[in-house]
Amino acid sequence: MSTADEKSRKAAAQPSGSIPTAEEGPAPADTAGGKVMAFFFIGLAASLFVGWIVFPKLLYSQKKQPIDFNHAMHVQEVDNGCESCHFFRPDGTFTGIPKLDKCLECHEEVQGDSAEESRFVNQYAQKGKEVPWLVYAKQPACVFFSHVAHVRMGKMDCAACHGNIGESQHTRVYEQNRISGYSRDIWGRNISGFKRHTWDSMKMADCAACHKRAGVHQTSVQTGKGACFVCHK
Amino acid sequence: MEAVNRRNRAKKYGMVIDLDKCTGCGSCTVACMAENNIPFRKDESDKLLSIAWLHVYKLTNGKPFPHTDVCYLPRPCMHCEGHHGHSPCVSVCPATATDYDEETGIVSQIYTRCFGCRYCMAACPYHVRLFNWWDPVWPDGMEKMLNPDVSVRMRGVVEKCSFCYHRHQRAMEKAYLEGRRELEEHEYQTACTQACPAGAITFGDLNNPKHAVYRLKKSPRAFRLLERLGTRPKVYYLSSREWVRQAGDNHLQQEKQKI
Repeated sequence: MSTADEKSRKAAAQPSGSIPTAEEGPAPADTAGGKVMAFFFIGLAASLFVGWIVFPKLLYSQKKQPIDFNHAMHVQEVDNGCESCHFFRPDGTFTGIPKLDKCLECHEEVQGDSAEESRFVNQYAQKGKEVPWLVYAKQPACVFFSHVAHVRMGKMDCAACHGNIGESQHTRVYEQNRISGYSRDIWGRNISGFKRHTWDSMKMADCAACHKRAGVHQTSVQTGKGACFVCHK
Repeated sequence: MEAVNRRNRAKKYGMVIDLDKCTGCGSCTVACMAENNIPFRKDESDKLLSIAWLHVYKLTNGKPFPHTDVCYLPRPCMHCEGHHGHSPCVSVCPATATDYDEETGIVSQIYTRCFGCRYCMAACPYHVRLFNWWDPVWPDGMEKMLNPDVSVRMRGVVEKCSFCYHRHQRAMEKAYLEGRRELEEHEYQTACTQACPAGAITFGDLNNPKHAVYRLKKSPRAFRLLERLGTRPKVYYLSSREWVRQAGDNHLQQEKQKI
């Protein structure tokens, strides 16, 4: 009962209270509107700053590779370019980052005067321990990627997707997404998703777009796009 | 141009299971579980909650001795073609988690896409779809023996037989390395086919006259399960026994004529 009384009292008081403010004129209302707009734009700028600059900085942790690998120097030393170490096995699977035994073909003893190499030989090669490389391109377990389909059938060279990694003298910082655990290379550095190079991002949409351009059969009944089992397992 | 046409010819992978040869030993189920990282629990007695992509059913003709007859029926996913690939499950999936590939005729299931509504389970007339009520728990050390070509499912998603599609992916990789786009019949075989000690399961491309299934599916002994629903399954069964063929279409006892 008391609440109903209060309501009726408020309702009675309101018209008398609102009339004087309306008579004060339009000028204060304008400044109030301006303030609202100013706050809106400050808020927008602040949230864009947080969302586009602060959040990505917080989202990714920075990790160093266990060994600072020099691609440029190795490419000069080997005969067969990339395929000297990253090659296809006879069953069509791809070696990816080579295992220790491949490195041991040359590095049983220290070859040069690089500090990184002697660290590799002492810490890994002589102990028979695999190097725990951080894989920039690591995809979730449900993703199937066939290198041979792209390299042999698609006639793409390594640089088409990997860029000029063969000329790099140091390994990049591996930025790991703190939430998903995957590398920043998957989403890409540009948080808005725009890309200029093939390797700028490696999401499902990137696979699908390139497959469509390259004429991979779009045979899915549900979507009319590429079938799921082309890239999933 | 002819070569291109031949290359683009759609496959229709399917299976023919000879029920007269099947002894019900269950090797196919075991091979399937190992191949596809299928989870299991300590207590598997409640079959409504347990998961097996390939289930062996026991059929009886219901007659008293000495006329009793038993038939074992292994049942993988039928990979229904439906009408233009609109199999029952594909038509109802709201998440695009299950899909029909017109190039291979395989009904795919993408576990990371599935959100577990289980419409597909309701739609499937063959009970081939199973729901993960729990995250898989492997006995100590067994996770190291999992098949790396098959992704492990998580709690809350539906899974089903994929005709060992990862074996197709692997076989294609080898073919690509050798400069081929076509597979030989033996290069892509499912785990259950290879495990069957009686040789009851035959697998191949139903569109390819060189494959054994092409001939077998035309056998007068051939039938499919619940054929009259129009799901157009790609798993054929062979049986010389009339009551088994009748059971395959779930005929009622009082039904006057076969439909």
